[in-house]
Amino acid sequence: MKVAIITFPGSNCDKDIGTVIEESYNANVSYIWHKDSISSGLDLVVIPGGFSYGDYLRCGAMAKFSPAMESVVSFAKKGGKVLGICNGFQILTEAGLLPGALVNNIGLKYICKDQDLIITKNDSKGFWKNYNQTIDSVSFPIAHGEGRYHADPETIKELESEGRIVLKYKNNPNGSIADIAGISSANGKVVGMMPHPERAMNPYTGLFDGKIFFDYFLAN
Amino acid sequence: MYLAKINITLKESVLDPQGQTVLRTLQGMSEQTVQDVRVGKYVEMKLQADSTESAQEIATRICDKLLVNSVIESYHLEIAKL
Repeated sequence: MKVAIITFPGSNCDKDIGTVIEESYNANVSYIWHKDSISSGLDLVVIPGGFSYGDYLRCGAMAKFSPAMESVVSFAKKGGKVLGICNGFQILTEAGLLPGALVNNIGLKYICKDQDLIITKNDSKGFWKNYNQTIDSVSFPIAHGEGRYHADPETIKELESEGRIVLKYKNNPNGSIADIAGISSANGKVVGMMPHPERAMNPYTGLFDGKIFFDYFLAN
Repeated sequence: MYLAKINITLKESVLDPQGQTVLRTLQGMSEQTVQDVRVGKYVEMKLQADSTESAQEIATRICDKLLVNSVIESYHLEIAKL
């Protein structure tokens, strides 16, 4: 498996996700600086968490104009698999690869804690259609100030009816509409989420549920 | 030279917790006349353009492309000649 991880000035989870994919899934990982474009023949592109370009103006707003992101958009439009975590999710919405937007948490506080999440298998057509495990809730850390998912009611209805809500919050921490923590594109190939599955991949840090997501996402 | 003055606010349909917090504080200060508060941001851009219309066109393009996210925000643009 060939994986590219995009690194912007201000990214800070690039090595976390890179190490997980490299060591636990034996992938060939390359780090792509924002001024460069991704190469061909990739199986996955990851947009990591952090504060790209200082998160000035809006989180993720500036990143979409980088050469790296322009090449990721064309990769995704050709059916490529893209995962955006935290700031990566914000960038994917700003770049138009996922609908909606992330705005400041309803309590106006930066929240950093372990968060229980529901695997939303409400539709056989949706993201989890091939998921055959009995586990339907996981716990991943969240760490964000702007994680409140917003989209218009039609978009929410579409995401729900097409089974594109990947994860929902239990005890919604940030005021996201419909408790949304993560969504996928219509073809299921582009996934964005605010929680950090890559920080739940080592028993030493207390959580290991990231494996449930990565095992499924990387294989499907 | 032209000056573009851009006021950006969250859309009415998007909850503005900052505005709500300011509103509650104002109510606590007995400013009972205040009915609602929206907190936004203000951007100024100096532009080199041939006419007001051209400056308006350039500023609108920049707002739509970068400064404003139409999913959550709306804006008001004013052009002044310097």
